[in-house]
Amino acid sequence: MTKIELNHVAFGYKESLPVLKDVTFSMDHPGLYCIIGPNGVGKSTLVKCINKLLEPTEGDILIDGRSVKEMSIKDIAEYVAFVPANSFDCFSMPVIDTILIGRHNKQKWRTTAKDINIVHKAMDMLDLGPLAMHGFNELSAGQHQRVALARGLVQETPVLILDEPTANLDVKHQVYVAEMLRELSTRSGITVIMICHDLNIAARYAHQIIVMAPPGVVDCVGTPDEVITEDVIRRIYGIDCEIVTFEDSPHIILKSTFGADEDELDWDEGAEKSL
Amino acid sequence: MDDYEADPRISRIVSRKVTFWLREDADVEQQEESFQVYKKYVARKWIFMAICFVVILVVMGLAVTYGTFDIGFLESYEIIWDHLTGNIIDTTKDHIVVNLRMPRIAVGIVAGAGLAVAGAVMQSTLMNPLADSYTTGVSSGASFGATLAMTVGLTAATGSHAIVLNAFLFALIPTAMVIATSKMKNTSPTSMIMAGIAIMYIFNAFTTVLMLWADESTLAEVYQWQVGSLAGKTWDEVPIMAIVVLIGIIMVQLLSRKLNVLATGDETARALGVDASKMRIILLAIVALVSAAVVSFTGLIGFVGMVTPHIVRIFIGADNRYLIPASAFAGAALLVTADLLGRAILSPVVLQVGVVMAFIGGPMFLWLLMRRNSRVWG
Repeated sequence: MTKIELNHVAFGYKESLPVLKDVTFSMDHPGLYCIIGPNGVGKSTLVKCINKLLEPTEGDILIDGRSVKEMSIKDIAEYVAFVPANSFDCFSMPVIDTILIGRHNKQKWRTTAKDINIVHKAMDMLDLGPLAMHGFNELSAGQHQRVALARGLVQETPVLILDEPTANLDVKHQVYVAEMLRELSTRSGITVIMICHDLNIAARYAHQIIVMAPPGVVDCVGTPDEVITEDVIRRIYGIDCEIVTFEDSPHIILKSTFGADEDELDWDEGAEKSL
Repeated sequence: MDDYEADPRISRIVSRKVTFWLREDADVEQQEESFQVYKKYVARKWIFMAICFVVILVVMGLAVTYGTFDIGFLESYEIIWDHLTGNIIDTTKDHIVVNLRMPRIAVGIVAGAGLAVAGAVMQSTLMNPLADSYTTGVSSGASFGATLAMTVGLTAATGSHAIVLNAFLFALIPTAMVIATSKMKNTSPTSMIMAGIAIMYIFNAFTTVLMLWADESTLAEVYQWQVGSLAGKTWDEVPIMAIVVLIGIIMVQLLSRKLNVLATGDETARALGVDASKMRIILLAIVALVSAAVVSFTGLIGFVGMVTPHIVRIFIGADNRYLIPASAFAGAALLVTADLLGRAILSPVVLQVGVVMAFIGGPMFLWLLMRRNSRVWG
């Protein structure tokens, strides 16, 4: 297992506009970590700092005690696989070859039977078997997302970071993917970090939830029982809700508060700030 | 994990699939079978390249027979074979084939391969189906350099290769400018190609200005150069061009796996350990050298670089590990065929290969557009 620590991490695309402020937490057990929070709060920015797609302006991130500052992007690719929110291909290849690219960090020059085997297993896992020879660009958005996820899996890294992996999936596949990530993390001892907008998916399947709030800070970290409370949801999202317990997990029932007080309808504090 | 307990949240099917995923000792037979299927799928790509190679050989034979001195189709191979084995029978025929007719074909093969590979790599690195040596500015730089030598006589060196050297040097300027633009700000591949097009217009404008002072014969010469031709090539022009093209192709072929990673987008590439912007600059610099080396000898031959990779993708897909060598073969085949057609169609008038390529390439490009093949156009 791999331990990830964030110490006072700050980041801004421009100096005057900090996106992340003093983010400190650590992930020292394998499991499924969900990052939740309103739009524009810096969730994607945070995960991109972990695998050095972005370099923090302040603070440090340690992967197994090594600072990412001192690691090359090639070193990091050994530890961390990243599945972005949207993936595209200008000249698309068949699904099997698209997934095979994920083996780049492990593969030597030739494609081996082992590579093909892992790609097949990943396609089986994500229900992509029948699409193996279809061009990537012939697929739907949800299928793209599953291909991207499969490409993340075949990298066989101890850490897997996913930016909204369930955004375009139908409910069945949403639940399926969430279950799979939880099961995979507990049984193979990997750390899965996932940005998630579906609070109920996060509440039911995450081992730990990281709650982010404006202006780019971590509000609280804890198990779903600890952080999914009416207070937290109201504080972070500005919406009332009722929490019920379903099969030992908290479940959120949202209540509409819109219209009760027009002034409270504040869509996007992050965006406002960046104008 | 021994202490694993069934998680009530996880359905049995997910649990089973994860078990299958984690199993190291997967069914060996099954594994071998799927690997064989994959190998067959790859073998089809090699067959395409073999077919292109055969086309090159046949067209070469035909092209050698073409001319006022009568030489038979099979005889042409015999003469080449005899020459290679040092067993020359008829010195007149040997001279005609080897010294007069073969250089043109050799230059055609090298130019076609070089331009097509440059196009393929430019398209993949810039993620743009329109990228080639025109839209990245290389050609217009070369054109300016050559025009400068022909009209004003301003050259970097004197001698028979002054125009070639001038064209080559000026072809590198637009590339350097495109790369500099990408360095200045963290620009996207699209803005790099837009910079290329802007630079192309600037250089073309300069070329036009130079032509204002040119006399009629110089204008004709400039015009000849701008449409591209394989006429009047000799063996002493082949080595430099061939060496640059060959080394360039080998280098991009060695980087082709990284090029595949690069084509998935900058973020994914970085996450896979490939520094996208650095890799893009390296690849563009290599293929700019290759296309500069080609166009400075042949003049501007359009469409080979742009159309060939698209045609190849239809047959073998976009995997750069195969796209690059296949484009080399297909580009060579296409260019020597176009040159042969140019000599045959309006005989005895010889149509320049650049014109024939435009006549073939234009409709072909439209046809590709009409196909709406998502595998080609993204």
